[in-house]
Amino acid sequence: MSLSRDQVLHVARLARLELTEDEVGRFSDELSKVFDWVETIEELGDLEDVEPTSHVVAVENALRADEPTPSLSQAEALAAAPDPAQGGFRVPSPGAGGGA
Amino acid sequence: MSELLELTAAQAADAIRRGEIEPDALWSAYRERAVADELNAYTWVAGAEPPEFDRSSPLAGVPVAVKDLFATEGIPSQAGSKILERYRPPYSATAVERLTGAGATLLGKTNQDEFAMGSSTEHSAYGPTLNPWDTGRVPGGSSGGSAAAVAAGTAPWSIGTDTGGSIRQPAALCGIVGMKPTYGAVSRYGMIAFASSLDQAGPFTRDVTDAALLLGVMVGEDPRDSTSIRLPGPIALPSATDLDGIRIGVPEELTGEGIEPGVLKAFEATLDVARELGATVEPTRLPHAPHALAAYYILAPAEASSNLARYDGVRYGLREDGADLLSMYTETREAGFGAEVKRRIMIGTYALSSGYYDAYYGRAQKVRTRISEDFRAAWESFDFIATPTSPTVAFELGAKLEDPLAMYLNDFCAVPMSLAGIPAISIPNGLADGLPTGFQLSGPAFSENRILDAAHALEKAIGFDGSKARKA
Repeated sequence: MSLSRDQVLHVARLARLELTEDEVGRFSDELSKVFDWVETIEELGDLEDVEPTSHVVAVENALRADEPTPSLSQAEALAAAPDPAQGGFRVPSPGAGGGA
Repeated sequence: MSELLELTAAQAADAIRRGEIEPDALWSAYRERAVADELNAYTWVAGAEPPEFDRSSPLAGVPVAVKDLFATEGIPSQAGSKILERYRPPYSATAVERLTGAGATLLGKTNQDEFAMGSSTEHSAYGPTLNPWDTGRVPGGSSGGSAAAVAAGTAPWSIGTDTGGSIRQPAALCGIVGMKPTYGAVSRYGMIAFASSLDQAGPFTRDVTDAALLLGVMVGEDPRDSTSIRLPGPIALPSATDLDGIRIGVPEELTGEGIEPGVLKAFEATLDVARELGATVEPTRLPHAPHALAAYYILAPAEASSNLARYDGVRYGLREDGADLLSMYTETREAGFGAEVKRRIMIGTYALSSGYYDAYYGRAQKVRTRISEDFRAAWESFDFIATPTSPTVAFELGAKLEDPLAMYLNDFCAVPMSLAGIPAISIPNGLADGLPTGFQLSGPAFSENRILDAAHALEKAIGFDGSKARKA
């Protein structure tokens, strides 16, 4: 299998990565090799009747009492923010660049 | 000072409780070595002032080094990534709180592959860690800093995380003990996430007794991690000196092609030791194990691509300016993530993208079921499965950096146990070409105490001496 330049750019857009020209070329090559290799699981044939495993230990409905407990203060939650403002996280406007 | 460094962590804790050594002297001895570390094993070392602790506590003030991806309140927790440079979390991971609650003191944070993605610790934004046995070689990874620190004696013990071998493989390459417990045994709360259905914390130590002592403190159900579980009983200190009646299975699929001759020779020598100790050792099959790594490289990147979506420059970490919100996201992620992390995000995003989910992620989850079934079938005939931990000894810096597939193959013997969620330990298994090899013993879910006992008996009989790496 080989990933085209357009496919790499499409996946990068989904992943919110802005790749350099060099990275686009490299990923096209590397991801093709990786997927050629992971596709060896095709050798296992028909797995139609096999249940998928999403979690290895049988845990269902791990519930706790619905009681309020202490949490971070607003100041603590904002302490590591790159651009806190007016008690919140300030970000550029979604439409400021005309894109999105 | 050198006498202090010769003590295992358990011995040091005992000596402190008996008043034979001064905890401040132990703290200073290790802290000075950690500050002077030339292996780049540490990304942060504590200040000179010894932290407070309870002298009667189980760990009695013995210092511990912690992999960078554990959140530590007010202390840099960067997960080896530029996108978290200088990040100081407002809370600590449960595993770290349990250690300090039991009397351990936090010595430092250790280097790692970025977000635990790698097998060499070369994928760190803070430079590679070097192997104390040969500083031209890698320590393994992703928890390479934690492994190198213990092997070099700049920490008495440490903790790391294992998603597909990231504790066991560096333990093997550095000549120390590393254990991944049953999935869920240690809370993941405050562990910066890589692949949530696989991530599991565990100890790095000089010997099996230390591993049992440290793991025993780390485990426990945690209301802040709904996937955490309670083990059937406490972790006991191991005492076995023989393997009478123990049945060990050796899977053909993980002990043949691809294993270096020197590693295989050391492995087979230890199987002979096991027989001499009274175990029966027989070949067995794990038919789906050769496909484990391929399934892992769909499942883990898929989960990672979702987990790492949180790094968007909004709430913490790096932000790069952009003309609008979307370009701020993409510029931040482009600047903050390293090459391997981008590669895995791309693999995972592609595998989960519309039209490919069933062929990749769905199918890999079914392979995961098959691998668990293989192990369950093996437990009908065997107590443990034994394999070499890593197919090779420590390799030279840069040797596999440009070939992702060659790097991924380091975890060929470690990934099947991760997919099955079962416990596994790596113990030092002698040298091949002057470099450490590891012997991996795995058992059914919740068999930690039996694994530790068997590993203890083997360790005594193997008699590995790791002191050479601590001299420098």
